[in-house]
Amino acid sequence: MHPVVKTVLERLGLGLATLFFVSIIIFSAIEMLPGDFGQAILGQAALPETVAAFRQELGLDKPAYIRYFDWALGAIQGDLGTSFSGRNASGADRSAEVVDKIAPRLWNTLFLASMAALIAVPLSLILGILTALYRNSFFDRSVNTATLTTISFPEFFVAYILILFFASLNQIFPSLANVDPDTNFGERIYRTALPAFTLTLVIVAHMMRMTRAAIINLLASPYIQMAKLSGASQTEIILKHALPNAWAPIATVIAFNLAYLVVGVVVVEVVFVYPGVGQLMVDAVRTRDIPVVQGCALIFAVTYILLNLIADIIGIVTNPRLLHPK
Amino acid sequence: MNKDTNTYSAAGEVGSVLENRSTFTRLKIELNKAPLTAKFGIFIIIVFVGLAIFAPLIAPYGEAEVFPEPYAPWSANHIFGTDQIGRDIFSRLIFGARNTVGVAFATTILAFLIGGALGLAAAINRSYLDLLLSRTVDVLMAIPQLIFALVLLSIFGSTIINLIIIIAVLDSTRVFRLTRAVSLNVVVMDYVEVAKLRGENISWVMRKEILPNILPPLIAEFGLRFCFVFLSIAALSFLGVGIQPPTADWGSMVRENASLIQFAQYDLKAAMTPLLPAAAIALLTVAVNFVVDWFLHKTSGIKDEK
Repeated sequence: MHPVVKTVLERLGLGLATLFFVSIIIFSAIEMLPGDFGQAILGQAALPETVAAFRQELGLDKPAYIRYFDWALGAIQGDLGTSFSGRNASGADRSAEVVDKIAPRLWNTLFLASMAALIAVPLSLILGILTALYRNSFFDRSVNTATLTTISFPEFFVAYILILFFASLNQIFPSLANVDPDTNFGERIYRTALPAFTLTLVIVAHMMRMTRAAIINLLASPYIQMAKLSGASQTEIILKHALPNAWAPIATVIAFNLAYLVVGVVVVEVVFVYPGVGQLMVDAVRTRDIPVVQGCALIFAVTYILLNLIADIIGIVTNPRLLHPK
Repeated sequence: MNKDTNTYSAAGEVGSVLENRSTFTRLKIELNKAPLTAKFGIFIIIVFVGLAIFAPLIAPYGEAEVFPEPYAPWSANHIFGTDQIGRDIFSRLIFGARNTVGVAFATTILAFLIGGALGLAAAINRSYLDLLLSRTVDVLMAIPQLIFALVLLSIFGSTIINLIIIIAVLDSTRVFRLTRAVSLNVVVMDYVEVAKLRGENISWVMRKEILPNILPPLIAEFGLRFCFVFLSIAALSFLGVGIQPPTADWGSMVRENASLIQFAQYDLKAAMTPLLPAAAIALLTVAVNFVVDWFLHKTSGIKDEK
């Protein structure tokens, strides 16, 4: 078998195994709940029969591995269970399906994340390559100091500074990013501008520094030195010699930061009251609505694992040593 | 040492130079040579630690003391005004240094105890234990930390003890990886082998043979981990699932006063109030980063890439 195919298959298998274990961990969340949990959700006034019925609905009378397979099969088919909220002591059930809660918000979160990524990825790649080429210049040092500082800032600090200058002092953008399904595309971009800028500022710093390090590392390798000595021009060195070997580290950098975006989006959504999955998850954690927390966590974890997997695969299929085996 | 001025002795000359430098003097010389950023970082850290230790003496009012006027403007009585239920912001900022930094520090220590001990054990054992721990850590690290922390907090509830344990366990995975990686190089040294042959037990080998040799990278990592833990806890508190009121905490203070920012056109000072705790978080993180940067340069000998 071609070494590329073999390595890719290995990575896919490893990714699937990771997904399996991660889903077990997220599922175990409900296992670790204290015994009187039904009482805690339904309230002190709940009748023993109501609590028993609730426990039965959760399937707590069945062994754990059967429940895991029920849950995992459901999750694959898009059924993440029923939310805890909307239930009360009398046994009346006005709770919603977790999927119905997550689905409309997932689109919003993806929209925000891709908008941030579309600005951040090209910007940080250009900055990273420029600082690597002109390293130790004034430009390089000032960009470096600026990024080191923004890395140390919590996301909400960046967000509120932007709100202060662009929404409060000068009313250019709205400070609350409230969108609904009827909002048209242009309006949507305008309203999500500040959250997207915040995310951009947070990840550009990381991404740019990692790109810079990867390129510098690369430019120090002997074959670049060799190309230089053979009289190749700067553009030729970068396009023909450096770039083919740079795709892997750059892909890793991008995927790593897009994965970081998954986490950053939670805080930013809360700041701007943006109706996304992150905000839903935080609200669910506060009310201890476990099925919703599980559903959101599963989505975030799967995205995170997939992004890392894609980066690995890009790294493998662009690796010149694997593509042209001896 | 020979101090006789009539006869020359190289040992005497060198010895006399070495002699007068105590640890303190050497530290002072190092500090004088330190770059401005590192000096600034050390200064900020000392100020914050001072605030944390002497908080009740410095703060003009109590942590949860409520005054009749909520959202009071900046004045002589309340330097930074009061919050949504009338507590003095300035006092809460000072107590926040104690709570937020204290919790983050305790968490980092716990993370290092867990991750460091397991990492060392895995490096020495190198068989089923190493395999089991390394694979577990791989899986735990496949879930974004903040998301994992949110799941665990929703199960166990947001108390300070739970918060410390959860973040410490999640963060110990990274400490484990580093400790294991650096001690693998030390474990194969002859003197470790000798100690084992001598019949020393595993804890002695860990503490006396390996630990002293892997300390510099671990100390640098401690600074970086502290920043990370500190930012995670601040983020969780900001989201309302971390340190709970009435405990003064920088993350939740930002959230509680955030609405003031809308009034920047009318009262810029009041609008700055929610930014103060956020700025305190940022300042401490930047300071620790500067110091760690300097320390890494000193211990690893890595200079800027040429």
